[in-house]
Amino acid sequence: MSIQDILLQQLANGLILGSFYALVALGYTMVYGIIKLLNFAHGDLYMLGSFVGFVILSILSPYIGNSWAGILCSMVLSMIAVGLFGVLIQRIAYVPMLSAPRLSILITALAVSMVLYNGVMAFTDGQYLAFKTDLGFEGLEFGNVFITYTQMILVGASIILMIVLYLFVHKTLYGKAMRAIAIDQDACRLMGINVNKIIALTFFIGTSLAAAAGIMAGTYYGSIHFFMGFVIGLKAFTAAVIGGIGSIPGAMLGGLLLGLLESFGTQIPFIGTEWKDVFSFGILILLLVFKPTGILGKTEIERM
Amino acid sequence: MALLEVNNLALSFAGLHVIKELEFSVEEGSIASLIGPNGAGKTSVFNCLTGFYRPTAGTIIFNGKSIIHKKPYKITRQGMARTFQNLRLFKSMTVLENVMSGMHCRSSAGPIGAILRTGAQQKEEAEINEFCERCLDFVGLLAVKDRIASNLAYGDQRRVEWARALATQPKLLLLDEPAAGLNHVEKQQLIGLIKRIRDQLGITIFLIEHDMGLVMKVSEKITVIDYGEKIAQGNADEIQNNSKVIEAYLGKEEDEIV
Amino acid sequence: MANFSTILSEWISSQKNRMSILLTLAGIAMFLPLVSSNYGLEVMTNVWFYVMLCLGLNIVVGYAGLLDLGYAAFFAVGAYTTGILTSQFGVNFWLTIPIAVGCSACAGFIIGGPTLRLRSDYLAIVTLGFGEIVRLIARNLEITGGASGLIGIERPSIFGFQLNQIVHFYYVFLILAILACFVSYRLQHSRLGRAWQYVREDEDAAEAMGINRVAVKLYAYVIGAIFGGVAGCFFAVKMTAISPETFMFQQSVLILLGVVLGGMGKIPGVVIGAFALVLFPEVFRDLGSMRMLVFAIVMLIIMLYRPEGIWPAKKS
Repeated sequence: MSIQDILLQQLANGLILGSFYALVALGYTMVYGIIKLLNFAHGDLYMLGSFVGFVILSILSPYIGNSWAGILCSMVLSMIAVGLFGVLIQRIAYVPMLSAPRLSILITALAVSMVLYNGVMAFTDGQYLAFKTDLGFEGLEFGNVFITYTQMILVGASIILMIVLYLFVHKTLYGKAMRAIAIDQDACRLMGINVNKIIALTFFIGTSLAAAAGIMAGTYYGSIHFFMGFVIGLKAFTAAVIGGIGSIPGAMLGGLLLGLLESFGTQIPFIGTEWKDVFSFGILILLLVFKPTGILGKTEIERM
Repeated sequence: MALLEVNNLALSFAGLHVIKELEFSVEEGSIASLIGPNGAGKTSVFNCLTGFYRPTAGTIIFNGKSIIHKKPYKITRQGMARTFQNLRLFKSMTVLENVMSGMHCRSSAGPIGAILRTGAQQKEEAEINEFCERCLDFVGLLAVKDRIASNLAYGDQRRVEWARALATQPKLLLLDEPAAGLNHVEKQQLIGLIKRIRDQLGITIFLIEHDMGLVMKVSEKITVIDYGEKIAQGNADEIQNNSKVIEAYLGKEEDEIV
Repeated sequence: MANFSTILSEWISSQKNRMSILLTLAGIAMFLPLVSSNYGLEVMTNVWFYVMLCLGLNIVVGYAGLLDLGYAAFFAVGAYTTGILTSQFGVNFWLTIPIAVGCSACAGFIIGGPTLRLRSDYLAIVTLGFGEIVRLIARNLEITGGASGLIGIERPSIFGFQLNQIVHFYYVFLILAILACFVSYRLQHSRLGRAWQYVREDEDAAEAMGINRVAVKLYAYVIGAIFGGVAGCFFAVKMTAISPETFMFQQSVLILLGVVLGGMGKIPGVVIGAFALVLFPEVFRDLGSMRMLVFAIVMLIIMLYRPEGIWPAKKS
């Protein structure tokens, strides 16, 4: 393979990885933006999304098969189901804690995450499940690089989801309310905005995007596991911070950037695949220390 | 000699100029005030002095040394203590423990001393205890030293903050709206306390206040700011008769006609 | 529940009662090996081990109020330092302890120094990332034995007497646990302990009182790291084998669970938390893989309904 082929291959890999990161990062950033909560359970909701999708797909596949039609149906259903579950978590675990010390709410979020992954572990006996799909291996050849239609469709689908989200947040009244709440919750209450409803909506959207990413990842990698949310949760958080936490375009940008950085990073001598995660966590730490506001984040001035 | 000298101080947040070209000084051993209408930038000035905000330009000389861009804890160590506009006590701790926080920067025992309970550490703890009890006695709260701070009445909580500031052994005490939320009797006591701190302890006082009666009664020098700029300076009489000050507080006469 | 805890806290707050409880407990702990089976001793040794780890993390989370999600990293640094030095360089075990203390303190300093000025949730993520980095390094390097880890770590001897039975380690870890309680108690009731509490309650006010918050937090972080490092040294020689899987994220979470369960910042609470942590899975062996789920749900319920933990809060 020539150097161009390697770069092209890594570009394709990076874009796919990056779009998963971006979708998960969006949920982090939206929830953080609106209630300043770092939702540790977010990665696990991604995991849950893929498991729910798996279950729905196995129920539906006798009727509509497990090709694109089946995947699309189970993705939509899983997004709705897991999205509602996200709202439920918010109601049960986060709403009572909003006025508690920050440490308590962080630990609560951690506990929610533990409940989710231990729950799925208990039901699956900690096994990998094969995410069986029937998508074929056709694709296009670019020089020596072969990119399947599946890969292209996955990237395309995540881009569509991101565009829809962007339009929703910037062109609708609900989106405007979300942005307003992120700035000043009390003022929004006084203006007659149903703040709790909008926060629930934010959880719903953020969680369902993570669920979508979970199913896409299941489709792409072909297997799912109860602990798959952990590393991607950490990576997506990194992506959200790279872009500037609280910023929606930032999360998209950060996700793609981290995906590309990782896939090109593995090509650098001495940073093989086994050092890939060390590389991204290293980026995270350096970034938080030196530029915690990220690329598109705003500097906040704390007032006494 | 001026204990505190501020020159050309400026502060802006994202293009908004909160303080512009501010100049004033506080003489050693005096009681001085900074007043101005709501939103004039008074607390911002305090936050610049104590290192909580980074001024965009200017110099602050305290006790002969520049303290600009220094961390808050270093400024406190150099002898400038403050109270807060909204109470900022350590709520779940006892009154005495709250006051002890002030002595932190005047003591030095580290982890080894704490684990081994060395002689030096025990002696230091006894000194901290004794000094803090004296501070509490000075503000009249010795009797409640073992109560949890947040269980005290509002006026008493304010005095805990004072004792805590006194425990840092300051040369200059900054009081951010000390009379806010106090009733008439408490305000009279406050005036007495401010004077006692200056006369008996020799601590210079610089305060921000809304209550004009109190300001006029205690201050020897008053600086008035509006929109982050100094508009007047002088003693109580001069300020009361200054047309610019009256304008800032009550508005221009022409405004009403237009 | 509330009624029970009031009675309990009143009874405990009497100095005389407290001393007699402590002495009774110490007596039971001392003579337990006379009556217990080896299995029982194994479990109790594990309890003492977690008491030390939980108390170490308690300094960071309970005293200084910093959420550390990578605490297992310090435990790993201690265990690997001892493991590598004894098995590959033939260093005497007892000499590796000060080296491990130095290494874990350095690790605490390196990671804490630049990150402790960050907001609390960022710190949690940074420590999580750091914990994973340490585990991955241990997994990828040759000197640490890669994914299979180190085996055949020699058991230490003291004055010619080799520690090789469970009862020996029982006493070693009991002493460590008591030492950890003692050090925690002394630190909590000191100038530094108060400073941690000030910073935990109101960082800005603490800073205005002349407290260097970064330095104070760094002390907590480094001392916590040393606790973990020392526990790691003894863990390595007790197990004689260590592998990166021991130091996964779940280990950090487990230690945190012990701290939160009993009550952050309270020594008896943390000790009870460590007991619950070890005994619960032993008692409920039948639950199998549901065990951790039940544990997680218990933690969630505690955070929602009794965030101060099992141990009653101090009364004013």
